[in-house]
Amino acid sequence: MNMIQAINSALDVMMDRDPDVVVMGEDVGYFGGVFRATAGLQQKYGKNRVFDTPITECGIIGVAVGMGAYGLRPVPEIQFADYIYPALDQLVSEAARLRYRSAGEFISPMTVRSPFGGGIFGGQTHSQSPEGIFTHVSGVKTVIPSTPYDAKGLLIAAIEDNDPTIFFEPKRIYNGPFDGHYDTPAKSWAGHPDAQVPTGYYRIPLGKARTARAGGALTILCYGTMVHVVENTVAAMGVDAEIVDLRTLVPLDIEAIEESVRKTGRCLIVHEATRTSGFGAELLAQVQERCFYYLEAPIERVTGFDTPYPHSLEWAYFPGPVRIREAITKIMKD
Amino acid sequence: MSDPTGFDSGEGQGARNLPPLKLHVPEPPARPGEAADFTHFEIPPVGAQPRPDEAAAPADMRDLAYGLVRVLDEDGQTAGPWNPKLPPETLLKMLRAMALTRAFDGRMFRAQRQGKTSFYMKSTGEEAVSIGAALALARDDMCFPSYRQQGILIARDWPLVDMINQIYSNKGDRLKGRQLPIMYSARDAGFFSISGNLTTQYPQAVGWAMASAAKGDTRIAATWCGEGSTAEGDFHSACTFASVYRAPVIMNIVNNQWAISSFSGFAGAESTTFAARAVGYGIAGLRVDGNDVLAVYAATRWAADRARANGGPTLIEHFTYRVEGHSTSDDPTAYRSAEESSLWPLGDPIARLKQHCIAIGIWDEERHAAMDRELAELVRDAAREAEKNGILGHGLHHPMESMFEDVFEEMPWHLQEQKQQMLDEWKAAGL
Ligand SMILES: Cc1ncc(C[n+]2csc(CCOP(=O)(O)OP(=O)(O)O)c2C)c(N)n1
Repeated sequence: MNMIQAINSALDVMMDRDPDVVVMGEDVGYFGGVFRATAGLQQKYGKNRVFDTPITECGIIGVAVGMGAYGLRPVPEIQFADYIYPALDQLVSEAARLRYRSAGEFISPMTVRSPFGGGIFGGQTHSQSPEGIFTHVSGVKTVIPSTPYDAKGLLIAAIEDNDPTIFFEPKRIYNGPFDGHYDTPAKSWAGHPDAQVPTGYYRIPLGKARTARAGGALTILCYGTMVHVVENTVAAMGVDAEIVDLRTLVPLDIEAIEESVRKTGRCLIVHEATRTSGFGAELLAQVQERCFYYLEAPIERVTGFDTPYPHSLEWAYFPGPVRIREAITKIMKD
Repeated sequence: MSDPTGFDSGEGQGARNLPPLKLHVPEPPARPGEAADFTHFEIPPVGAQPRPDEAAAPADMRDLAYGLVRVLDEDGQTAGPWNPKLPPETLLKMLRAMALTRAFDGRMFRAQRQGKTSFYMKSTGEEAVSIGAALALARDDMCFPSYRQQGILIARDWPLVDMINQIYSNKGDRLKGRQLPIMYSARDAGFFSISGNLTTQYPQAVGWAMASAAKGDTRIAATWCGEGSTAEGDFHSACTFASVYRAPVIMNIVNNQWAISSFSGFAGAESTTFAARAVGYGIAGLRVDGNDVLAVYAATRWAADRARANGGPTLIEHFTYRVEGHSTSDDPTAYRSAEESSLWPLGDPIARLKQHCIAIGIWDEERHAAMDRELAELVRDAAREAEKNGILGHGLHHPMESMFEDVFEEMPWHLQEQKQQMLDEWKAAGL
């Protein structure tokens, strides 16, 4: 399965298991979503459980809060993560805090799916990586898969979770892994070991990272599309790096991070989102608080630039192998 | 986990002997493979709508929000109180601008398919909405369009090469290759920078209009969004502000029946018209045949005069049809009846105006065919000219460091640093 099929399969499995799971969003019903992630679900489960919505992101999330309060498990889709901002108040002030402010009387067990990230010439409004905004909010979980296998297992866990979860889908790798070179297309998931996705139910617990590659020379913390860019760069350099795919940013698998950095003594953080106040800053602080005496070199960050996402210069913006190689070389010098 | 009352089943309502509630999810009249049907539309005859005085109170013209202002009839004749009685030069200018918009869309759509750019959106069948309005407004009124009003730039004689440079994100692009194709910005044409985020322009247009009023200016603002976009919160905030401050603004809803795969019912069309949104806000509301450029012109002119006379805002629904796909990324055959576009009962706006011009003896088929050929050449030449500045992804773009300009007025240290990093990076990569 490619990542879209894996996501579709997770939704299918969960709708089949739990009649309270409902899927909603712009174009998700009859058409099955602009990326086809919800294809076939309305035919199978009916319009009471899979339906198109008016184009109002604050409405979609606000309605999902009410449905969750009734006892359903809404899985709203925001068509592109760039369009999550109109829904921000409902997510931040309402969904995220409902449990806390009602002392557990009401919960908001929604899973907000949204394609995010760049690399598809989508311009400013189809390319952003807003995960840092949500990790900054108390009360929402943030999940970002990097493989079809993980996408399915994590999405199932997110839907089963009783807290509101933002599930960001790296659309650049929907159809295949991507090595980060501006002039190479994404490869196909066909034949890739991580695309061996069981058709039935399985879950990957939230808050558990994955060692994408074991190694002893340095630790690279990353998630989403960047896992593949990092894997390729590391392979090309022949450096013995340990690549930790975080999978969930909140809750963060701090033990896996600590263990790896203490072992390697060096740490590189890679994400696609802009740098300033990005999630990398949090990772950097955590690593230095917990592993300072184990570090043999300063921690480095590779990120997108602090500019709005550009259209024609996309490949200069997108963190690629060159930027990562440079950082690895610098870390390994000391 | 499942609630025993069951969301789907409607069974087991406990001891309460009540009928189960039902959720209504709208469904369009026809899907792929089914026969298209527009019989549920009520299309009043030409001339049936009264034309109130521009100073009329919104409450006195409620019916106009539920009717359909029409000027051009089936035979290309004009009738009724909304007939703007335009001189031949204006009619022919309209015809030409609409035909040029269509030729431009055709060429740019092909350019996307040829890999010269990443994305394109056509306005086929909706040309009258932009052209009629643009000609009715003053050149210095400010337009806050959505992404399907390229016709405004064309009607305002904006250079095609400039538009294509933007579409190709090349080194001649005034927006420095930063925006998705068709997200133009042309301040000198009274054309506000387009956002990909739906309906954000609506309150902005109201704000511009309020500022103009507060300053004692004479210019007004106009804005456009799709019917699907009227569901956005921004739309409703804009209506409230416009109503409260009687902003000199024209708020256009382009009801082209489809929002990607969602028919207008998902924005509320089963319950009322979109023009009727105005009623609740106490705003003047007009519903117009959007494929009748004379009706669009007349309604816009009425609303503009009203705004200029401090009569406040007008909301206009343009009833039209999206003939082509939503964008180059869309396949409409997957969700709507294939024959729908050919059965649209209000016809083609260009054909209708052409018929009128012929009927009144200022135009003929030969001249029209010659004009189409001339416009195709005009667009082709413009595209070739723009291509000299580069096409997307072929290296002829703005200098790399331009990426860091305009984030702030002055570039702070962290962007300076990142700029240097990027330049070093590309040098290291040998590019
Ligand atoms: C805030 C926001 N949400 C979602 C989208 C994705 N999107 C782009 S166009 C579109 C449909 C808009 O339909 P409508 O308003 O009817 O205008 P039309 O395209 O038919 O002219 C959607 C959902 C977006 N661009 N912005």
